[in-house]
Amino acid sequence: MTLTARRPRIAVAVFPGTWSERDFVNVATSVLGWDVSLVWHADSDLGAPDAVVLPGGFAHGDHLRTGAIARFSPIMRSVEEFAAAGGPVIGSCNGFQILTEAGLLPGALTRNDHLEFRCDWQSLRVEHPDRGTAWLGDLADGDVIRLPISHGEGRYVADSATLDALERDGRVVLRYADADGRVTPAANPNGSERGIAGIVNERGNVLGLMPHPERAAEAEVGGTDGVRLFRSLERWLQDQPAAAERRL
Amino acid sequence: MRWQAEVQVALRSGINDPEGQTIGSALRSLGHASVSEVRSGKLLRITFDADDHTSAEAAVDDMCRRLLASPVMETATWQLRADEQQDAEEANP
Repeated sequence: MTLTARRPRIAVAVFPGTWSERDFVNVATSVLGWDVSLVWHADSDLGAPDAVVLPGGFAHGDHLRTGAIARFSPIMRSVEEFAAAGGPVIGSCNGFQILTEAGLLPGALTRNDHLEFRCDWQSLRVEHPDRGTAWLGDLADGDVIRLPISHGEGRYVADSATLDALERDGRVVLRYADADGRVTPAANPNGSERGIAGIVNERGNVLGLMPHPERAAEAEVGGTDGVRLFRSLERWLQDQPAAAERRL
Repeated sequence: MRWQAEVQVALRSGINDPEGQTIGSALRSLGHASVSEVRSGKLLRITFDADDHTSAEAAVDDMCRRLLASPVMETATWQLRADEQQDAEEANP
């Protein structure tokens, strides 16, 4: 199979104030051997990647609301088109905030309930990985993974009808949990509604999560569970003839 | 014509407001025991030009809907007034 030998290529969007793009580059190139390009927010050409990353940071200084100004950056129109065509998009931390502001994911992220910035390792329970196979295909329902969190505004909010619909449709794919996978108030680091740490869009190709998979890719820095999301993408791409053709 | 809009952005009633709660408990600890609730928000004062009152209103409404308030968790209310001082200065520099 020559197609499977092709290296995935990801585009990482960089806004003024983004700070996690180098970690994604490191994982993609040093850990996974992928191709990666950084795309400035004022550009509109993603360069036909296999997947798009909206990394963490403080795009446009987090002014007004996190992600509120970034969503109007020219690159976001291309990201929206890429997502609408079924392309895999992941938004981590500030990237998740941008995805909600852009309307690619429902709900919003606001101040942690304790008003503190929280930087820590966090256990997460995986749910309905089949709803977001591009990013979660290598994970199983009920798996507990450990990823770093690093945010002051990660409290997921939405009205109860939206929350009910997300749960009914299996679109809540990550919840804050304890080491045994129990979703409890004590395990919730920011007061997120129903312990929600990550959701996917209806089609399942857009994943938003507050934790940082790119910071959990090497044992030397504390864990490798983040790699499982990237390996999921790799496998998913191999199974997609259309995506493989795009790369030729 | 120059206009000034004062936009108040507030959290919707169902949205938890830890900042307001913290300010509330600080006020109570200062002796204002009767304080039962504080809701925090933002005040934005926007100066801009528009031909008339109708188009100025439409502009502020558009600003609020598209950027200033999150449709998920916030509401925006605003007052609009002609910036007469600025207009006078421009007429008689």
